Amino acid sequence: MVYTLCFVLFVIGLYGVSCKKNIVKIILGFLIIEYSINLFLILLGWRKNGVVPVIEPGSDAHMLVSASVDPLPQVMVLISIVTGLGILSLMVAIAIRLYQRYGTFDITEMNKLKH
Amino acid sequence: MDNLSLFITIPAAVAFFIPIVSRRFRWFPDVITSITTFILLLLSLMTLNHETVYRMGNWFVPYGIVFVLDGLSCMVLIIVNLIGFLVSLFSVDYIEKIYTSKLRYYSLLLLAVTGMNGTVLTGDIFNLFIFLELALVATYALVGFGCEARNLEGAFKYLVINLIASYFILLGIALLYGKFASLNMADISRLINSTEKDVIVSFSFVLFLVGFGTKAAMVPFHGWVADAYTAAPAPVSAILAGGVIKALGIYVLMRLTYNVFGINQHISMLFIYAGTVSIMIGVLMALGQWNFRRLLAYHSISQMGYIVLALGIGTPLAILGGIFHLLNHSLFKSLLFLNAGSIEYETGTQDLKKLGHLSQKMPLTSTSSLIASLSISGIPPFNGFWSKLVIIIAAIQAGKPVFALWAVIGSILTLASFSKIQRYVFFGKGEKFNSGMIKDIIEVPALMRVSMVVLAVFCCFAGLLLLGGLNGIFGPVVNVLTDGTNLYITRILGR
Repeated sequence: MVYTLCFVLFVIGLYGVSCKKNIVKIILGFLIIEYSINLFLILLGWRKNGVVPVIEPGSDAHMLVSASVDPLPQVMVLISIVTGLGILSLMVAIAIRLYQRYGTFDITEMNKLKH
Repeated sequence: MDNLSLFITIPAAVAFFIPIVSRRFRWFPDVITSITTFILLLLSLMTLNHETVYRMGNWFVPYGIVFVLDGLSCMVLIIVNLIGFLVSLFSVDYIEKIYTSKLRYYSLLLLAVTGMNGTVLTGDIFNLFIFLELALVATYALVGFGCEARNLEGAFKYLVINLIASYFILLGIALLYGKFASLNMADISRLINSTEKDVIVSFSFVLFLVGFGTKAAMVPFHGWVADAYTAAPAPVSAILAGGVIKALGIYVLMRLTYNVFGINQHISMLFIYAGTVSIMIGVLMALGQWNFRRLLAYHSISQMGYIVLALGIGTPLAILGGIFHLLNHSLFKSLLFLNAGSIEYETGTQDLKKLGHLSQKMPLTSTSSLIASLSISGIPPFNGFWSKLVIIIAAIQAGKPVFALWAVIGSILTLASFSKIQRYVFFGKGEKFNSGMIKDIIEVPALMRVSMVVLAVFCCFAGLLLLGGLNGIFGPVVNVLTDGTNLYITRILGR
């Protein structure tokens, strides 16, 4: 059920990217897509009443495996957030420069390449 | 040559080193980039006929990140580093004249090379995504490097389409991880082939197909190609056509379909149709173009179609043809983009209608572009002829003569549009040609000439690499793909 909501979020972001004409809304669409995938990854490793996946002296390894959350998706989400931040800043920089050149955020008015 | 991490660490370290040092020494970025890419080229040539699995930080195989070197990755590694070296030689004068910030340009170029090397070598699917993003972020910035309106427009279009594709890939990786709890490609392959067919696996394969198909410029995901190639600086177009769409797109598609998911009837039919449609749409759209680099960009789509068609046919001969065409396409298409760059360097325009009579003024550019044009159109004895011939023979042998016919028609139309380039730019003149414009034109500087001559010589003699056929130099490369999933798993997991 929760996974389905992640996909709904993904599709909303995809709608924003593909159907909106304003660059800022396109960037927001990308943010929604990125968060939906991050949420999905985190949910993959989530477990109800899960414990921290660290073996302490005296703790039972088998018990830990059956009760702990999966740490790997959390690492993947961290990396994906960092790359997402890099791309976001690049996108915003390009958007600002585009606004300076064209005086608008509307992508349908940016068509100098075809001429 | 066992330490595969050098292909990542050397260019990445130099990329971060350049901005620190070169504020003091202005000549530093040119020299260090050329030296670094040359060292990488030598290192990649040393990997020929080696097979290694390098474990990062000595972690056990399914858990840590592995770098895998086999025939296919060695081949793509050599292509990427060769093009990287020649492009960095070409950039020395080109960037000096047209753009301002050399140190940022070279930094980004080396980061793109890092990302491509990493994508080619890695055997871990999430690590592949990271290297892919690294190469893409560097090329997004490089495409918009001129910061004029048209550069930024091309860069934004390139960014939006490829970022959607990247997130499709990430979603596919997340689904596969949720299903199999593994990120190692060989381990995933073992789990896929040992369990029942599953809808999640098929769905993630479709996501990968869309994602990497976009990066490989396959029709119908080709929207970004023409704009990005036209907007970028010419050396960047050369590295996009010769390296990025090969290493990030078609190489990963080959690896995933043949070595991880395993090929079947439906996928090969899909590839055959997509390849044929790419060939025809690319070449038909190229015929009507009047912008030099836009025309070349549409030909990129068409030539990638031949490789995808060969992948779909899937017999050893077809794969040999496809891989040979991969090599040849990076040679002649990079050469053509460098020619377009030299013409832009001297005349300041890419419009075919405004150019003319350049064959006397720029004899070397003219000759090398003639060689590349004949090569891409499939005229013997140049390299493009041999690879197209092998693909067409393989299509007929596999009982698909209709697709062979389409490939031949595509090749003839390619010849038509390149005779247009030769006619309007070098031997004849366009409608808006102004003879005052080319009066002071001379041949381009020495380093730009060197990189064009090297590529032209390769275009003339690369046909000889085919000697020996399936037992020759491409034997190990073809074996990697025809062996399918089992040997890939055994090579990496060791069982």
